[in-house]
Amino acid sequence: MIRTDDQLRFALRAMLRQRFRTIMQLIAMSIGVLAVVLLTGLGEGGRQYVLGEFSSLGKDVLIMLPGRKETSGGMPPLSGEGTRDITLQDAQSLLRLPEVERVAPLIVGNSEISRGSLSRESLVLGTNQAFFDIRQMKLARGQALPLLPLDQPSPVCVIGDTLRKELFAAESPLGQWLGVDAYRCRVIGVLEDTGTGLGMNMSDALILPVASAMQIFNTQGMFRVMIDVRAAQGVARITNDIEQLMTERRNGLLDVTIVTPDSIMRAFDNVLSIMTFAIAGIGAISLFVAGVLIMNMTLITVSQRTAEIGLLKALGAASHEVRSLFILEAVMMSLLGGGLGLSLAQLCLWGARLRFPDIPFAAPLWASAAALGIAMLCGLLFSWIPANRAASQAPVLALQHQNGK
Amino acid sequence: MSDALIRVNGVNKTFLLGNEPVHALNNIQLQIQSGEYLSVMGPSGSGKSTLLNMLGLLDVPDNGEYWLAGADTVPMDEEQRALYRRQQIGFVFQSYHLIPRLSAAENIELPLILAGIAPAERKKRLQPIIEKLGLDSRAGHLPNQLSGGQRQRVAIGRAIIMKPHLLLADEPTGNLDSSSGAEVVALLEELNNEGITLVVVTHDADLGQRAKRRIRMVDGVIVQDEKNAGANA
Repeated sequence: MIRTDDQLRFALRAMLRQRFRTIMQLIAMSIGVLAVVLLTGLGEGGRQYVLGEFSSLGKDVLIMLPGRKETSGGMPPLSGEGTRDITLQDAQSLLRLPEVERVAPLIVGNSEISRGSLSRESLVLGTNQAFFDIRQMKLARGQALPLLPLDQPSPVCVIGDTLRKELFAAESPLGQWLGVDAYRCRVIGVLEDTGTGLGMNMSDALILPVASAMQIFNTQGMFRVMIDVRAAQGVARITNDIEQLMTERRNGLLDVTIVTPDSIMRAFDNVLSIMTFAIAGIGAISLFVAGVLIMNMTLITVSQRTAEIGLLKALGAASHEVRSLFILEAVMMSLLGGGLGLSLAQLCLWGARLRFPDIPFAAPLWASAAALGIAMLCGLLFSWIPANRAASQAPVLALQHQNGK
Repeated sequence: MSDALIRVNGVNKTFLLGNEPVHALNNIQLQIQSGEYLSVMGPSGSGKSTLLNMLGLLDVPDNGEYWLAGADTVPMDEEQRALYRRQQIGFVFQSYHLIPRLSAAENIELPLILAGIAPAERKKRLQPIIEKLGLDSRAGHLPNQLSGGQRQRVAIGRAIIMKPHLLLADEPTGNLDSSSGAEVVALLEELNNEGITLVVVTHDADLGQRAKRRIRMVDGVIVQDEKNAGANA
């Protein structure tokens, strides 16, 4: 019986002293694993990024909008009474529900914002202090909107970073007056430049108290009401409570829609999962190609060594010993190639994370495991089959192999 | 009779060459005593290599008995035959059959490794053999850095490192020029003088004549079996 350390040394020597063959096989193996892990990693990173964008909204935030959007399909009602506004009082009343922690009413419009001779058409948001918390907005300078009763206007505003650059350039904006159409307000804060969130570019916006915005746009109706709830109760139940309250306030007719970010997220998650699977499919194909490559490589090398198998048997090695020698070599080769591919993939993903810090590129575990598993399987199977065949022959046949070819 | 190393009794072996059955061994009767020096000659296809492979347990006869060192090897399974090959038999091939990635010393050491002998013991056995073969300065070289004669000496070293009773050589000088061929023959005969049983298959009449006992095969049949008492002439 061959000693284990001798088996290892024999296999290692076979790998080290036939460098070209070993390198080719390692390349085949590692590229297969690399392709799968890298592709799924990129796909998964994109998916996680989009999911993260949604959860920046806050998981426990419900959005109430005017009108009833039926989800049962069919056309939205075009005729009939127009939707009634959601008033400030409606928003205020929600706070009576024990599950509701905060509400942020939201009015959105476009206005001309002016400072001296400079002016610019820009997004104007009317809301309250809670909005800053719910959207997790950070301030670069100054402060957020003050805590005011919802119906009290106040001539203060917070502006986005792009707006600041355009209107103030290098000057300090804090304490300066801006015109919003005919309304005037003083800048008390500047938002941090965080880019877009959910399609709304806050760096271009001016934010002021909701009551002030109602004056500017001359409206009673809210565009949206964001509701921060204590989710422990279960979002479905809270949604139900809110709908009940609104039905009561509106004489028995429910004409608001409550959207949970969860449901949006779920819809997107489906799409993104399909995307990930598609990418995994691409990975699987590349794995298959790599598998064929590995198969050919091992088939060729093992059949080249049929004479060696014959010789080992002539020298008195038992068939199972010869087989285990070749399988050990294949295992080492597969482990090394697979490990190499995995590390290369991790390196690439790490580079991608450095380049795009916002996107969490990382390969899912199942992809790495499947890639490694299939690479190992291919390497093992296709060295086992020919080695086994050669080992079961009469030694004289295997020996003649070299003379024949 | 009882102390014969090899006793072959009524052995047949048939190959299919295309659709033609070829009777490579036809009812062979043969006894070889321990320590004999025997050459097998004959035209191509006469079955002499088949006989050698069968004697070396590389091939199995279709029927008959083959007693080696007191045991009938025909009913044995492949694993038992492997054990016999390891312990009783050394092979020298025409084309050396060295493993190209292993050095001369490692090639010679290979049977010891396959037998599971500890490294320290292997070293002890390896050194005298390398000296005997005159391969001291070449022990670390790979086969493709060696001359044909040196390669064949490495192969002989590998064949005798397990101290077998039987050394089988198939055209050992077939790929060598005459001077390195003579060296190899001298080495084989020296081993025979030390007691090993030597069977040489060859085309080369001069080499064949050197053996003390000469067998001639034609069409799978032993047609001539002559001994001369005279030493190597």
